[in-house]
Amino acid sequence: MLEQHLAALPIILPLIAAPLTLLLGRSILSWGFATFVSGCASVVAWQLLLAALSNGALSYAVGGWPPPWGIELRIDAANAFVLLAVTTISTLVLIYSKDSIQKEIEAHKHSLYFTAHLLCLAGLSGILVTGDAFNLFVFLEISSLATYTLVSLASDRRCLTSAFRYLVMGTIGATFILIGVGLLYMKTGTLNMLDLANRIAPYESSRTINTGLAFVMVGVSIKLALFPLHMWLPPAYTHAPSAVTAFLASTATKVAVYVMIRFIFTIFGVEHVFHEMNIDLILMALAIVAIFKCSYMATVQSNVKTVLAYSSVAQIGYMILGISLVSVTGLMAGLIHIFNHALMKGALFMAVGAVFYRVGSVDIKAFRGLGKQMPLTMAAFTIAGLSIIGVPLTVGFVSKWYLVTAALEQNQWILAALVLGGSLLAVVYIGRIIEAAYFQDLSDTLDPNDIKEVPLLMLAPMWTLVIANIYFGIDTSITTEAATSASEWLFQNHNLQEVSP
Amino acid sequence: MNFINDYYNYWIVVFLMMTGFYIVISANNLVKKIVGLNIFQTSVFMLYISMGKISGGTAPIVAEGVTQYSNPLPHVLILTAIVVGVATTAVGLSLIVRIKRAYGTVEENEFENKDDAI
Repeated sequence: MLEQHLAALPIILPLIAAPLTLLLGRSILSWGFATFVSGCASVVAWQLLLAALSNGALSYAVGGWPPPWGIELRIDAANAFVLLAVTTISTLVLIYSKDSIQKEIEAHKHSLYFTAHLLCLAGLSGILVTGDAFNLFVFLEISSLATYTLVSLASDRRCLTSAFRYLVMGTIGATFILIGVGLLYMKTGTLNMLDLANRIAPYESSRTINTGLAFVMVGVSIKLALFPLHMWLPPAYTHAPSAVTAFLASTATKVAVYVMIRFIFTIFGVEHVFHEMNIDLILMALAIVAIFKCSYMATVQSNVKTVLAYSSVAQIGYMILGISLVSVTGLMAGLIHIFNHALMKGALFMAVGAVFYRVGSVDIKAFRGLGKQMPLTMAAFTIAGLSIIGVPLTVGFVSKWYLVTAALEQNQWILAALVLGGSLLAVVYIGRIIEAAYFQDLSDTLDPNDIKEVPLLMLAPMWTLVIANIYFGIDTSITTEAATSASEWLFQNHNLQEVSP
Repeated sequence: MNFINDYYNYWIVVFLMMTGFYIVISANNLVKKIVGLNIFQTSVFMLYISMGKISGGTAPIVAEGVTQYSNPLPHVLILTAIVVGVATTAVGLSLIVRIKRAYGTVEENEFENKDDAI
């Protein structure tokens, strides 16, 4: 019974649990319940990944209506892989948030926070597992609305304007996707992704389909914060509560990257998008500008959360760069970076949240001398920071390695050099913070006795992510196998031959 | 001339879409931005609904002597999209209420700190 409905559980569990969490009311109860539900969702995701890797794609007809008429949930290697990352990070963030939100969210809003978190998780899981283009829009809006609420929960008033800006940009993005899907429906009369893929093929050069493609691409680019449509991201990440930032930075934009992959590879087809419309050139140019412009922006910020937010936009550039290389290795590098970046940014934002918990500020000045006062937190920050830079033995190295390999496969020497150049900028912005933490003294206004390690429930999830950073950096077999099979699956789908340089 | 007459529904859609989009970008008042966003979304609802129309088709109810029906699916989809639109408006307006309390204004140019502007 449960086996049969496994595919629907990642959506159903958090969706049903969300109102129950609100009814529980008390902070500690709702925390325990939300964490338990999120943990169950990640166990389900793990089962789904195993099933998808051994049996190929899994199809589930919602309500018993067979596709293409009903809504289809479709699990394959690509989305099961991202789903596992999203649900696991969500569980870790929820464990972390118990203490973290005490300082950042008013007590009577705690159960609201857990409710919104679960709704956001339900939306993100829905985007990942659905096989229906319109359903994807609905889940996108569920997760986005929950996200706007989460951002606005902080006690700093600037979170309100950031959330409002995010709402305006996010709604425009989602509406663009809606227009795009509408235009596709107009031409093909179907909303099921696989059915769409088959029916779009005869209309390759139709103006309606091309306009739809343009709307979808711009809409998704807003959602994933591709340069220059990223302006909502830095303020939202800076002013949101730390636990929210850790969750959003490691899941929301990654899911949007997945949506882009799905639209390009499954629905429109590589042949059409890249070879006829040449969207790979646009994506590549924007990705490179994103890497350099936003890494540079990260080096000149004084708020550490803003530094990491700009760094996120730059890292999204690497993912898009992988996609724009139009090869199995490139797509695989993009997919593996989705997973790896979730690990590193989750750990970094958790460490920053820990600093806020003790020092009450996330300005770079607040990090002075913390190397001695909060050794475990700063060690976690340093290791995750090295991972962002791409030092060997961390996951960041694995992503960069495959990205450079993909570039060299096509003899794109300049591109490989640019990827490595972007890492140098990461050395600067991470280095500034580490320098402040280890080589400067604690500022005089703070009492050294007050600044001690954060509670275990904050350290444990942070270090779980840090250890995952190192583990998946040394033993790459699991992640590369999943990413390779996902990327091969996405390419095979349309019988695309390897592009020669 | 036919080009305008035959596609008049799409001209309305495009006109509304651009009006809404322009208001979102240019309006100084946050409530007006939300109004613009609503107009923008409404244009998309019209795009969907007009594509469900089939010449000579009636309402999609099984009845004797009727063989041609309009496509009901776009209408159903838009019911969902309207709900999403209402929810977005509600969240947007409640954010504006809190912004008014925190900043004392909903005019973008009246924020003291320019960094806070939207």
